[in-house]
Amino acid sequence: MKRNNKQSVYLDNNATTMAAPEVFDAMAPFLRGRYGNPSSMHGFGGSVAKDVAGARMSVAELVGAVNDFEIVFTGTGTESDNLAILGTLEYYKDRRHIITSRVEHPAVLSLCKKLEKDGYRVTYVPVDGAGSLDLEFLKGSIDDNTAIVSIMYANNETGVIFPVEEIGALVKQRGITFHVDAVQAAGKIPIDVNKIRCDLLTVSGHKFHAPKGIGALYVRRGTRIRPILIGGHQEKGRRPGTENVPGIIGIGKAAELALEHLGEYAARVKRLRDRLEQGILGKFSNARLNGDKEKRVPNTSNIGFEFIEGEAILLYLDEQGIAASSGSACSSGSLEPSHVLRAMGVPFTSAHGSTRFSLSRYTTEEEIDYVLSVIPGVVGRLLEISPYWDNAKKEPVPINL
Amino acid sequence: MWDYTDKVKELYMHPKNVGKIDDANAVAEVGSIVCGDALKLYLKIDEKGVIRDAKFETFGCGSAIASSSALTEMIIGTTVEEAGKITNKDIARYLGGLPEEKMHCSVMGNEALEKAIAMWRGETTGDHVDIEGEIICHCFGVTENLIRKAIRDNNLKTVEDVTNYTKAGGACGSCIPKIEDILHEMAGLVREAEAGRSGEKQLTNIKRMKLVQETIGNVIKPMLQNDGGDIELVDIDGKNVFVALRGSCVSCLAAGVTLKNLVEAKLREFVEEDIVVYEAK
Repeated sequence: MKRNNKQSVYLDNNATTMAAPEVFDAMAPFLRGRYGNPSSMHGFGGSVAKDVAGARMSVAELVGAVNDFEIVFTGTGTESDNLAILGTLEYYKDRRHIITSRVEHPAVLSLCKKLEKDGYRVTYVPVDGAGSLDLEFLKGSIDDNTAIVSIMYANNETGVIFPVEEIGALVKQRGITFHVDAVQAAGKIPIDVNKIRCDLLTVSGHKFHAPKGIGALYVRRGTRIRPILIGGHQEKGRRPGTENVPGIIGIGKAAELALEHLGEYAARVKRLRDRLEQGILGKFSNARLNGDKEKRVPNTSNIGFEFIEGEAILLYLDEQGIAASSGSACSSGSLEPSHVLRAMGVPFTSAHGSTRFSLSRYTTEEEIDYVLSVIPGVVGRLLEISPYWDNAKKEPVPINL
Repeated sequence: MWDYTDKVKELYMHPKNVGKIDDANAVAEVGSIVCGDALKLYLKIDEKGVIRDAKFETFGCGSAIASSSALTEMIIGTTVEEAGKITNKDIARYLGGLPEEKMHCSVMGNEALEKAIAMWRGETTGDHVDIEGEIICHCFGVTENLIRKAIRDNNLKTVEDVTNYTKAGGACGSCIPKIEDILHEMAGLVREAEAGRSGEKQLTNIKRMKLVQETIGNVIKPMLQNDGGDIELVDIDGKNVFVALRGSCVSCLAAGVTLKNLVEAKLREFVEEDIVVYEAK
């Protein structure tokens, strides 16, 4: 089927982002002439090592780290999360308890489930209806057997920000390793590892306009961690394997740009997000916001549409050239609605119709106007088809369960 | 993204026969908003048993809307007898195929049709649970008859197949042993375990306690935790096992079902036939 128009609006930036043109340009020489190995004992490789060092410092600055050597480059956010948790457990072999939250990304959650099967004890800290973490629960879960506390900075589905500084204070009081998965925070809000007091912090390049295939783990100087890959001396042995030089240059440039544009996120991106959100919530009686309205990254809006289903919404939006995402069961391929929305206790009447819009600094006013012009048709049509909506009375049909 | 055929795309973007029939003489509703898809089918059947009109309302994904539209297009103008022979596979074929994970959408269409025809024939009192037999999957309200039919019509071999076609077992997973039983039975397999079990000796108390602990820790706990719940073994007194459900199980309406159909069933499978499980409050 042909698109009705050529317009293409990408509002799925929490899934991945466009590589910035400046990032692409910075990487290009390293994919062409400057292919030297940074470890080599000749100028051809050695000069590349200098650029890699520069990129490392840029990523360090993005997260507020003092030393460039505290940044370990990895392949992905998932790898960074795995290195943080498995690497810590590998060091503290006698500690068999992990604390995390119920709404983590699968990079942490699935790993913890696996570790449980291996005999570890895992505490999953619950969240409330607004997606905020139960800090008292977390505090009460820490014991002498706890090896690591791993909590995300911002949730990928709702954008809700967790109070990592408060958690850091709690955890470090007990001298336990603290890992923060900051994949959805990096480039959207300021990050300062020294205020958070975390030992480990994960970022992923492709979420802030670097290409896919490059991640990083901040490892505070002195943090006890063992590698999960065994090989050469690269990354000081913490992540052996020849460096992904173009990727590293890319994430370095992207980190620089992200720092420059942080103010824009707080102002312009947030304003566009709010306009989109209010435009939808104000128009539809069957729409509600998932997640805390205030404590959120500025680019994310997760809206639950009652009585209509998320995958159908996405397909209808896609037909109009709009890319978004959904936590509905059908779009996940797993038949289960999002674990995040379930943990928040989002009612089933809207959980299946949840739709996530995530903006970037490239999102324009016109795009938001266009989306706002398209959504009424999509929602209206799906309500017409829905058995739970009375089209004559414009109100929900009572549901008997 | 799903690999939908052009026909599926055409029918979810532009479904035919959407809406109600005010003077319908057969109406059936299947699925529910809890499961993420539901279909309400309206039929107008004349005195000769010909389906004169069919309309639908659907809550669901693209393939659910397309399957509903396809169903109504296939049955308008046919007799009830002809329509009754339509299977979910025919619906999927009409659509040029559906992804495996989406086959349950075609099953939903087929189920609605059967139910509507049954209603027209006066075979039902309107209570949808009664005519369809015992509910196996309580999360999605899937009955034994529906599972058997899906297995028979589609030659399903595994629990994953059954889940893809009917959704049964796709949420808490506590019905998976029952689905396995149905699959085994329909495959004509005799379960050796059952033959052997009657001759088993009584367990010692120590052995039984150990087995109960292992089964709860290695089998039951992971299944519940998958769904945000948890379980704690409180006490064992002979063959009476006392457990406490934790996490999301606490507020789950189906906790009682979980206790019997999952906890007790698993303990009976792995430990002893006559274990009884109680909830320690």
